[in-house]
Amino acid sequence: MSDTAQAESVAAVADWRPNERTVWRRVMLLGGGGLAALFFGLPVAAIFYLAFQSGLEYYISKVVEPATLHAIFLTVLTALVVVPINIGFGICAAWAITKHDFPGRQVLGALIDLPLSFSPVVAGVAYLFLYGAQGLLGPFLIAHDIQIMFTVPAIFLVSLFVTSPFVARALIPAMQSEGNTDEEAAISLGATGLQTFLRVSLPNIKWALLYGAVLCNARVMGEFGAVSVVSGKVRGQTNTLSLQIELLFNDFNTAGAFAAASTLTLLALVTLAIKTIAETRQGRVGRDRG
Amino acid sequence: MSGRRAIPGLALTLGTTLVYLTLIAFLPIAALLLKAASLGWADFVSIATTRRALSTYRVTILCAAYATLFNAAFGLLLAWILTRYQFWGRRVLDGLVDLPFALPTAVAGVALVTLFVPNGWLGQWLEPLGIKVAFALPGIVIAMAFTSLPFVVRSVQPVLMEMNRDVEDAGMLLGASDFQIFRRIILPQLLPALLSGCALAFGRSLGEFGAVIFIAGNIPLKTEIVSLLTIIRIEEFEYSSAAALAVVMLAAAFVMFFVTNALQIWYGKRAGAR
Repeated sequence: MSDTAQAESVAAVADWRPNERTVWRRVMLLGGGGLAALFFGLPVAAIFYLAFQSGLEYYISKVVEPATLHAIFLTVLTALVVVPINIGFGICAAWAITKHDFPGRQVLGALIDLPLSFSPVVAGVAYLFLYGAQGLLGPFLIAHDIQIMFTVPAIFLVSLFVTSPFVARALIPAMQSEGNTDEEAAISLGATGLQTFLRVSLPNIKWALLYGAVLCNARVMGEFGAVSVVSGKVRGQTNTLSLQIELLFNDFNTAGAFAAASTLTLLALVTLAIKTIAETRQGRVGRDRG
Repeated sequence: MSGRRAIPGLALTLGTTLVYLTLIAFLPIAALLLKAASLGWADFVSIATTRRALSTYRVTILCAAYATLFNAAFGLLLAWILTRYQFWGRRVLDGLVDLPFALPTAVAGVALVTLFVPNGWLGQWLEPLGIKVAFALPGIVIAMAFTSLPFVVRSVQPVLMEMNRDVEDAGMLLGASDFQIFRRIILPQLLPALLSGCALAFGRSLGEFGAVIFIAGNIPLKTEIVSLLTIIRIEEFEYSSAAALAVVMLAAAFVMFFVTNALQIWYGKRAGAR
């Protein structure tokens, strides 16, 4: 290579790397950024615009309609039941998988994610064939006069299934990157397992636990397909917010549907904010210690 | 005292995990499989291959494939600008990528159909061009693409971030064009992660329900997806038909689950070999 050619190449790198001042950069930023703004921004903008287009007072009147208010209540109640249980499950699963070695550990890790691979409709149908009148436990439940399908407990159960992986998925990588040395030290100093978890492990993974719980909560509150099969959709009784949105929308009650949708959209935006902050914090814990 | 001490709690946590998974996940799935098995093979096949069922498979697979192709390109582009460039609003965009996961699918569904109906914000521009999105196949593609985009971005992003850029510089110094650098240096390193992200996105699109049903129009034999037909069968009390369709979806989900895990193992091996 001649000296001039080499000098040119070096100049090209200097020009390309530190500043990335190429046409490509501009094209990709404008194209990708523009498309992303449309892709993420327009649906959110449309929801809030349609919810508020007739004014704040009208919006509030739509949100506090008895059926919508009951749907909000049922949705929050479901989250209050489901999220703590799946936090417990997530902690157990992550503790077993990251702090111990046993045959089939990796398979178990994959199995935990399995519910995320299923269509929520399949989850709902599976529960119908377990607890429904024509299902596996149907004859037993009928004989004992227990009704689960198309009641509120069915919504809890199917939500447990659909959202079971979220906390475990958040905790496993965080606990893996922390390693086991702290826990081993605590145990050798005489701490019990529970003390070790609460005082040694938990402080290091609290942010991962938070974003796992927040994502789990968002999915519980927004679940549609699975709940749609098992709830029976009784107005003012087994309608969650997502189902209420469908019902109002199909009734051509656009203002009501988007008022209800705006509450869940707000929840989604808050979820994203908490997740982003918690992820950064968890990453920082990992770096400070690594 | 010497050596590592075992951390306690294995029996308790592993036991809880297995019992919980069995009760909450395996038992219902087993009940579904039993129900479908009670049909017998011949009945199962005839129910699962009616003209209407076959049309829902075709619509679902076709739209999921288009949505995944779009996301392969758009997801890669987003991951690229998020990892390679500094720009105003980068952190916000990075957070917004997960919006489709955080936003309930029914909310996404009503928002998308409202944008694309002929007098909607986007529909009013597409209608004069003769492009029909809402209540047609393109609408289904858009709904599936919206809900599955984060899978591709989040799979590709960490690989791009860790990629050693010396090789790219070397390629450029040796006179490779931008396209050659992308095609011969960047893409081979990204491929396993990109494919595994696409497999996740495709799997999610096959099962997507909430976002799709509002925009699809749900015309039998034209724009009806498998999960909707399953629900219709339940509402008609055609339980064996619903069981058969659900098992077909379950089988598809298992195939995608194994494909994704195989890709991740391949990708893990490559990362380890590097």
